Amino acid sequence: MKIAIASGKGGTGKTTLSVNMALAIGRPLTLLDCDVEEPNSRLFLETQQLSEEVVNTLIPEIDGSICNGCGECARFCQFNAIVSFGTKPLVFAEMCHGCGGCAKVCPQQAIKEVKNRIGAITTYKTGDVTLHQGCIDVGVSMAPPMIRELKKKMSESELVILDAPPGTTCPVVATLSEVDYVLLITEPTPFGLNDLILAVAMVRELGLPFGVVINRVGVGDDRVHRYCAEEKIPVLLEIANDRAVAEAYSRGESLVDNVPGYREIFAGVLPRIEEEYKRWKQ
Amino acid sequence: MKELVVISGKGGTGKTSITASIAVLAGKAVIADCDVDAADLHLILEPQVQQHEQFFSGKLARIDSARCTSCGLCAEYCRFTAIVSEAGGYRVDPNNCEGCGVCVRFCPVQAIAFEERHCGEWMISDTRCGGMVHAKLGVAAENSGKLVSMVRRNAQQIAEQTGASLIIVDGPPGIGCPVIASVTGASRVLIVTEPTVSGAHDMQRVLKLTRHFDIPALVCINKWDLNPQLTEEIEATAESAGATVVGRVRYDALVSQAQIEHKAVVETSAESAEDIRNIWKRIENEL
Repeated sequence: MKIAIASGKGGTGKTTLSVNMALAIGRPLTLLDCDVEEPNSRLFLETQQLSEEVVNTLIPEIDGSICNGCGECARFCQFNAIVSFGTKPLVFAEMCHGCGGCAKVCPQQAIKEVKNRIGAITTYKTGDVTLHQGCIDVGVSMAPPMIRELKKKMSESELVILDAPPGTTCPVVATLSEVDYVLLITEPTPFGLNDLILAVAMVRELGLPFGVVINRVGVGDDRVHRYCAEEKIPVLLEIANDRAVAEAYSRGESLVDNVPGYREIFAGVLPRIEEEYKRWKQ
Repeated sequence: MKELVVISGKGGTGKTSITASIAVLAGKAVIADCDVDAADLHLILEPQVQQHEQFFSGKLARIDSARCTSCGLCAEYCRFTAIVSEAGGYRVDPNNCEGCGVCVRFCPVQAIAFEERHCGEWMISDTRCGGMVHAKLGVAAENSGKLVSMVRRNAQQIAEQTGASLIIVDGPPGIGCPVIASVTGASRVLIVTEPTVSGAHDMQRVLKLTRHFDIPALVCINKWDLNPQLTEEIEATAESAGATVVGRVRYDALVSQAQIEHKAVVETSAESAEDIRNIWKRIENEL
């Protein structure tokens, strides 16, 4: 089963939920840190690094001895990644989506695709948890190619938890494609509610089954609870606002191993997801 | 005209709450909400919409099933797994289509249309703190960076027309495309962080980004008393990276209450309001 932990609003507890669920489950699983702009899961796990692999996209390289400056590649590119002034075109790697179209349309076959580094995937292990962390290099603008590469690791275990980036746009959509279940985590505040509504619209658009986790219960009001009840969205877990949790988090400690009572709380989430997933499939 | 962009790297550190307070303290700035993905600033500033525009950007492929011969070349050429094979032929999954046009160009029977893509909407509004430009990206839509640029461009125009000397931008989390679109060319970036290992880690990546684009960075630490020791470490890290530390905001349970009342923190009697006022004084001197 592939479970993604997502939220419209940032800082609602995606990484806390991902890491602590992974630690509490008690059988081998893969954790993917898909927040490749700001990956944090590793900070909360006492891990050993196993390996690191560089991730590249393909960008065009134009052979000036063959190019006749016709400009067809620049006219074809939808992303303004190639600019032609009647001579050998200029390539802007950071704009390139790597579609390969320019190489295909070049009448002179003057374009070949070459590797362009966008970041790295690092693999860590602790106990039952294998963590693959995707991380784009600073200055790289596009997260989805890194996320797609990271998700190739999904095939290695039966149970996979994906820690998604915040928001509702392309990096999140790239994370959620082909998962079985989405947990949306939020907090009971006006911002939390507004962004939950956006996230619900997104997972409904993607046609995925989902449930909600409400974090820091007690900080705001009851509108998130009322919204979930009205929309008949299952609330799978509520986590109370607890200074001990905030302090453990600030130090980079897992809750299941450092704050009494939390192992049981997080261990209860997977059975609830399995139950909901079964109900959804029927 | 100065442009101050509030970002954080990590989400949920208090960007929007602090932006709203700064907008109130600044008086007559133009405000731009560039977190077009999950915009929240309107919940506090309650903009009265004056102008409403649709946002089209990029293109989307669509297969005409009547003309498609199911040769499968499009699926073979697509690098984004956006061509889905179904009983009776192929279709484009709009959530995966990046609008590159490869399938359109190479379809041997010209069965693929290439249409303008509606990605969201943007608005020009009035608020109690001045003009505001904000936006709403479509559900699961693309091109957030371009929408961010559109919002900023309009905020700049309004500032020119009205003679406003400051634009305050509420930025998105992360360091990718919408953040890069929010910060390029800005006069100052204010990084709001928190004393957690994630906050510290993410601030360092954001600082690398602002150095990469050569934008002077200011740093403030929200909820600093959650971990005073880490706060000091973060301040030292920020300064050694060339940033200016402009202050600390205490942990304050009344921040959520202000949100519920649609108020900026500095419009309430919350204790942290004093901290934000002090930070604003420092920022004014830096601008």
